Amino acid sequence: MTTPTLAASVWQIVRKDWTVEARSREIAYTTLFFAVSCLLVFAFAIVREGKAPEGAGEGILWATLTFAGTLALGRTFERERQAETLRALLLAPVPRAAVYLGKLVGIVSLLLTVELILAPLVSLLFAAPLLSRPIWLLAILLTGTLGFAAVGTLFAAMLVRARSRDVLLPVLLYPVVVPVLIAGVRGTSALTDPEFDAAIARFWLALLLAFDAVFLTLALWTFELVMAE
Amino acid sequence: MPKWFTPAALVCGAMFAVSPLIIANAPYESTMGLVQKVFYYHMPSAWMFLLGALVCGFASARYLATRNDRQDRTALAAAELTVLFGLLTLVTGPLWARRAWGTWWVWDPRVTSSLVGWLIACAYLILRKYGGPGSERLAAAVAIFGMANVPFIYISVNYWRTIHPATSVVPTLPVSMGAPLWFCVMTFLLLFIVLMTMRVRLEESKSRLDALHLALDE
Repeated sequence: MTTPTLAASVWQIVRKDWTVEARSREIAYTTLFFAVSCLLVFAFAIVREGKAPEGAGEGILWATLTFAGTLALGRTFERERQAETLRALLLAPVPRAAVYLGKLVGIVSLLLTVELILAPLVSLLFAAPLLSRPIWLLAILLTGTLGFAAVGTLFAAMLVRARSRDVLLPVLLYPVVVPVLIAGVRGTSALTDPEFDAAIARFWLALLLAFDAVFLTLALWTFELVMAE
Repeated sequence: MPKWFTPAALVCGAMFAVSPLIIANAPYESTMGLVQKVFYYHMPSAWMFLLGALVCGFASARYLATRNDRQDRTALAAAELTVLFGLLTLVTGPLWARRAWGTWWVWDPRVTSSLVGWLIACAYLILRKYGGPGSERLAAAVAIFGMANVPFIYISVNYWRTIHPATSVVPTLPVSMGAPLWFCVMTFLLLFIVLMTMRVRLEESKSRLDALHLALDE
């Protein structure tokens, strides 16, 4: 029997997660519904006389993504725990990095799908011209989501057997991902600025890429050691 | 306790007792006046805060790699000191900012990244306390991310347009202000070492006691 390559192992794990999700659609539906509910809460909290404060939409988009992402992260690993498949996944003859990367790709793809629905909704509800530069927006959302999920996947995986894991995930995750959220909000705000400056948007995108590189490196190294047993 | 501990603790206590007199005798800064003297405690506590996060991160990385409990005890002690000195930094900073910037709090890159670093240290302790068995390994992963934030705090003033004084201010201080500052830095460093030693020692005693309890049960 030949040993599968890292990419092949990652693909197998991603395909497994997608198949499970395609059959139940549990995480996608609950995450999306939760995200829309969050938008409504924000709308009731800050919209006055039919108008949202200027620049609020960008912040609300990222805050909603953070809350909905936390829910999705917790649920992804909770499903593995309930089905007792996490041990099987860790016992699989593949590198630990493949397990981490497979889960990461699964979560990023799920969150990006949610974002594709969320961004037009935020644009509509909070009068934020988010879709005026779609390629830039996609790049900012992709890099921001990757940074958030890189840390989130690691923390959700390691907390799966911890006590009070539901509470601990946001407690640990939010302080660490604050830099990504700041860069994400500022990058998105740069896109909606009437006097759009590509240099500013590039700066925030580069910063997000730098955070992604640091978080991915640290998470890959730590996942191997934390999930050793 | 090591032999040097008691003399070091006494010297540290004496230095803390003398430090208000030394700070009071330092000249007044021309624009900020009396409130500038907060700086003599603010900056040393900020340095100890960063030192704590670095020690905690390094010890955690070594603990994950070697599973040596001693490293874990060092990391825990350093995390507690990070929270303590971080709190001092975050309280003394606004006292100065109210006068210098006209507001208690500004979302400046250094202030924000310091708050993030402090929150990560708090999250580390919360996980240790409520995470249940095996949480020390999980907390070690959090500490590594906390350590990664330290260079960001340090360089943030040099790379962003910020109102926080830059790191380059310290070497430009006149001797009359620099000498009290370095005296306070040494005082805080000694306090850090004394508290760290005491805390690691306490954890060692606790783990010995746990081992004795287990041996008694068997």
